[in-house]
Amino acid sequence: MSQIADRLIDDPGLAAGVASLTPERIEEVVTRVLKGEAGAKLKAYQETCMRCGLCAQACHYYVSHDSDPSYSPVSKTTETIYELINKKGRVEPSRIYEMAQIAYTECNLCKRCAHYCPIGIDTGYAMSMMRRICYQLDVVPQYIRDTSHSHAATMNQMWVKDDEWIDSLQWQEDEARDEFPNLRIPLDKEGAEIYYSVIGPEPKFRTQLIYQAAAIMHVAGVDFTMPSTPGWDNSDMSMFVGDFENMGRLKRSHFESAQKLRVKKIVMGECGHAFRSIYDMGNRWLGYADMPVPVVHAVEFFWELLTEGRIKIPKKLEGPVTIQDPCNIIRGRGLMDKLREVTSMLCEETVEMVPNREHNYCCCAGGGVINCGPPFKNVRMTGNKAKADQLAATGVHTIVCPCHNCHGGLDDIIGYYELGMHPRFLGDIIYEIMEKPEGM
Amino acid sequence: MGRISSWDWEVGRKKVVDSLSPLQDHEWQEEPYVSPDGETLAAIVKVGDGEFSVRTNDEVWESTFEKLWFLRYSPDGRLTALCQQDMEWSLAIDGEPWGDFAEYVWETKFTRDGSSIAAMTKIDNKYSVALNGTPWETVYENANQYALSPDGKRTAAVVQVISLGQADVEGYKKGVFSVAVDGEPWDGRYVNLFTPTFSPDGARVAAQARLTSYDYTIAVDDRPWQKTFQQVWEPVFHPKGAGVAAPVRSGGKWGVALDGQFIWNPRYVQCLGLQYSASGEKLWGVVATGFGKFTVACDNVPWDATFPIVTDLVLSPDGSRAAALTSEYNRNFRIVVDGRVWPGTSDMAWPVVFSPDGANAAAVTEKGGRFHVLVNGKAYEQSFDRAFSPVFSEDGSKVLIRAIENNSCVRIVADVARF
Repeated sequence: MSQIADRLIDDPGLAAGVASLTPERIEEVVTRVLKGEAGAKLKAYQETCMRCGLCAQACHYYVSHDSDPSYSPVSKTTETIYELINKKGRVEPSRIYEMAQIAYTECNLCKRCAHYCPIGIDTGYAMSMMRRICYQLDVVPQYIRDTSHSHAATMNQMWVKDDEWIDSLQWQEDEARDEFPNLRIPLDKEGAEIYYSVIGPEPKFRTQLIYQAAAIMHVAGVDFTMPSTPGWDNSDMSMFVGDFENMGRLKRSHFESAQKLRVKKIVMGECGHAFRSIYDMGNRWLGYADMPVPVVHAVEFFWELLTEGRIKIPKKLEGPVTIQDPCNIIRGRGLMDKLREVTSMLCEETVEMVPNREHNYCCCAGGGVINCGPPFKNVRMTGNKAKADQLAATGVHTIVCPCHNCHGGLDDIIGYYELGMHPRFLGDIIYEIMEKPEGM
Repeated sequence: MGRISSWDWEVGRKKVVDSLSPLQDHEWQEEPYVSPDGETLAAIVKVGDGEFSVRTNDEVWESTFEKLWFLRYSPDGRLTALCQQDMEWSLAIDGEPWGDFAEYVWETKFTRDGSSIAAMTKIDNKYSVALNGTPWETVYENANQYALSPDGKRTAAVVQVISLGQADVEGYKKGVFSVAVDGEPWDGRYVNLFTPTFSPDGARVAAQARLTSYDYTIAVDDRPWQKTFQQVWEPVFHPKGAGVAAPVRSGGKWGVALDGQFIWNPRYVQCLGLQYSASGEKLWGVVATGFGKFTVACDNVPWDATFPIVTDLVLSPDGSRAAALTSEYNRNFRIVVDGRVWPGTSDMAWPVVFSPDGANAAAVTEKGGRFHVLVNGKAYEQSFDRAFSPVFSEDGSKVLIRAIENNSCVRIVADVARF
């Protein structure tokens, strides 16, 4: 069994934070968070966990590291948040470094293990609270902290300035008009049926997804709008950092920008973690019992367009595909059936990964782990051999992958393990094969 | 006698535009906007290959542009749109660009009387605010969240005053942001600043300030309050100069602080959207008294009824009355005035407007695709394909309905007593 101390990775954010810690400061913060924010839920988890280890097989890190107990969820919680509870926060600064590395980079908050726990302990929640403490201690990996700073400065995760966002939309509108002369990306259209929201990487370096979404909206005759103001980015690395204050600010900006435009609902692009932020964490921090404006994930939206015949598929995508089940919309929202129905409407043949649906393995990028940047890339690679094996066993080339983080994670794993596969967004496939009436 | 009194207030109905179908040779026509007085309907139209203009009733601007967007009426009736020509941007006002063209122009704002218009401007990759066509002399590598003073004479924005390298988290934590007022930055450097806002006389500026990663407060003219909080929301100036109030979070609960001292102790799950009455005697806000239980509070006294969501708090001109929209999961909208719910629900609702004397309230709602105009909770006899926010006459006895029906734009003046 390995120890976290044996695999520490240099990270400027973690190092600088730990360097300024004192045992007194740690104790004060831990006590404050446990008492003021964690409440009975975390205490109940800690006290009822039987240390049975059934969660171990659920974790891709554990499976990928040859069943090393150090990577089991029970070990990771015991070594971090449970230890802080037991010791009442009386630990040395160096221990916080270890705890932070586990919490931020060796757990994707994917909640798969909750399905294997006999009493349903939500390790994702426990590790989120560990991250909350690390954030309060200023011990956060550099790159994800920078992303959270971007959120605070610009309300998006990619330092996209206000004009750059609008310019990107108008650029894609121009591009798309070469193919669809009458296409519009209506900005700030009050009273539209749908507010379409994306995440920061789309205007930054995946602009083709905006083009494709606009094309789909146009062909399907959807009454939609996109906001010209901040709030357009539904993503939320502040949530994964543990900066819940900024998480609340982000979600307020997002929902209020939709409310101001008097839309009926928000449709979000193919992102997983953003869904967690809008339906679970960010909305609740603001005091809402539900989402103040319904948010429909792209999987569900495409399902509606296809089943209602608003998008027609004259010929399905040739060749077999497999399906990546993004944690936050499958375990988090239950879209596994609709994802398969959409895939079957688009693709000739599906070869399922095993296991799949709510038991599918995480991509190892989620939970903000990929956002911790290059220092931890190898953690993700070695930590998800399970996914590589799962992918290879399908024997297919194309992976239907309706999540940005999954894309990044799978791309890396595919390269690292030389799998020769290719993840694709649903919108990318739909755009390629849908009927495009002449002269639209 | 104000501007509104010069409008046609004779009771009756007038068809402003017979047909909203695109005019001849127009390839497309975008969504319509109606002037404040209801006499003009405008829409962006495509008049040729890469050529756009604006239709006003059955006329078209003589000028054309490569792009046009954000068509909006100024409160004084001027028609504006962001326009691009030769790959550069400006704001077109009644068809004429203001000032020099820039690399980019966006986010048009108007004063309440429409006398001043402002917009964000980017020139040579630097950012500033343009007021009535003139950008700041000092420019920044980024500027956002700008504000226009109520008198229309000043502008302010959050600006980045220190450059950051890639992923320079330590530099960020030292503070790289300031507020620039008319282009001149405060001396202070902040981790973050949000939503600068002017005092009623335009002399002072307050903003949400993040002093460290964990300490939020309000900064007024670059002087942060002594006390810090877990989070803060938008500050508001007392109209008579008796301080600055803001929602603040402490111990996981929200309250209100005035100049840093609690005036509403933190007991709410949420508190936002503070507004003072005209005299400053009353302070209103949206609060959540429990999880998912939102309502309106006046002077820290919540209305009895709570709702899953409350938005669009609007005060009567003197601030003695208040109205808000409530909804459930963005459905079943209700209009609540002075804590009392108007009959019926709708699929969507627009903010309530009060008559100048505050005696009457009106709003537009939409249900099943039909738009309704309500005054004091009672619907006008006819529904519409689309309706825009109603306007009261200055004496409050009449209401102007601006609407679209049967592909026509209509202007209706109705007696309030008729409702």
